[in-house]
Amino acid sequence: MSSKEWPLWEVFIRSQHGLAHKHVGSLHATDAEMAINHARDVYTRRNEGLSIWVVRAADIVASSPSDKDPLFEPANSKVYRHPTFFPMPDEIKHM
Amino acid sequence: MKDNALFEFALRMGDTTLVLSQRLSAWCGHGPILEEDLALTNTALDLLGQARLWLSLAGEVEGAGRDEDALAYLRDAPAFRNPLLVERPNGNYADTMGRQFLFDVWHYFLLRELSASPDERVAGIAAKSLKEVTYHVRRSSDMVVRLGDGTPESHTKMQAAIDNLWPYTNELFQDDALDAAACEAGVGCHLGGLREAWMTQVREVLEEATLTVPDPDFPDYAAYTGGRQGRHTEALGYLLAEMQTLPRTYPGAKW
Repeated sequence: MSSKEWPLWEVFIRSQHGLAHKHVGSLHATDAEMAINHARDVYTRRNEGLSIWVVRAADIVASSPSDKDPLFEPANSKVYRHPTFFPMPDEIKHM
Repeated sequence: MKDNALFEFALRMGDTTLVLSQRLSAWCGHGPILEEDLALTNTALDLLGQARLWLSLAGEVEGAGRDEDALAYLRDAPAFRNPLLVERPNGNYADTMGRQFLFDVWHYFLLRELSASPDERVAGIAAKSLKEVTYHVRRSSDMVVRLGDGTPESHTKMQAAIDNLWPYTNELFQDDALDAAACEAGVGCHLGGLREAWMTQVREVLEEATLTVPDPDFPDYAAYTGGRQGRHTEALGYLLAEMQTLPRTYPGAKW
């Protein structure tokens, strides 16, 4: 089973009460249709979800661990960047 | 009369799903790839769940104290009422997928009829099963197309699987006196009436798979029928011997 014929797919599932799709794992499949079928069998049989996204792993671009500092460090020392001083009305949920 | 018809009918449905589930379970850990392995096991468990519902209903209606376990594990081959198709050996993956596909399409149309049964126990089990079987059909049709329209070797194997299994499909549409009684009692349906829809869908998938559709009027040899009356192929005896070993060797075993 060469990985050329059976590329890797990443699977994202939105759970029953979830608001967003969450990465749950990966699998091998020849095309998108098979990937959806396999995702259903591998990842959703315990009522985990109601929506599945599959995407070829090759299509995902990830940030590099070596870029950690320039990408994620800068903001913490600057409190004015964090909108934590505003009271949040109760009607606005899930912020 | 109605109770007897329901008992026999539920037994046929229970045995059919039980035997196929047992067959599919044998693939566990031997599937061609991890994902297929899980998918087949899921199908096996779906069918086992359906078998439990049908056999429980049969036991309850019979009222002779036989529960689902007694019906599953303490009967010999001649007492089993499944069509011969589901007891055919697994063979290679194309054989298993061909068997699954030919069966799933039939199962789907049958359950669709049964879910409108005036008997609410039958309708309930059928409606629950139909959701699972709708997915089974989708999956097995997809695999038949992939294998048929795949490499020259997979095409040859898929065609051989369909050709070998084809003669066993006649039985799926043969109504006998029990079917007529079940139909009359509103707990079964006229199997012959499912043939056209089955043929149309099977033909569509086989053509998409670039496979040759076998002769629909294949001669109806007696050797390819009889399962639903208790006359089985040699294959069922071995299957039951394996399946029933534990409960027969250690009666009442619990863990």
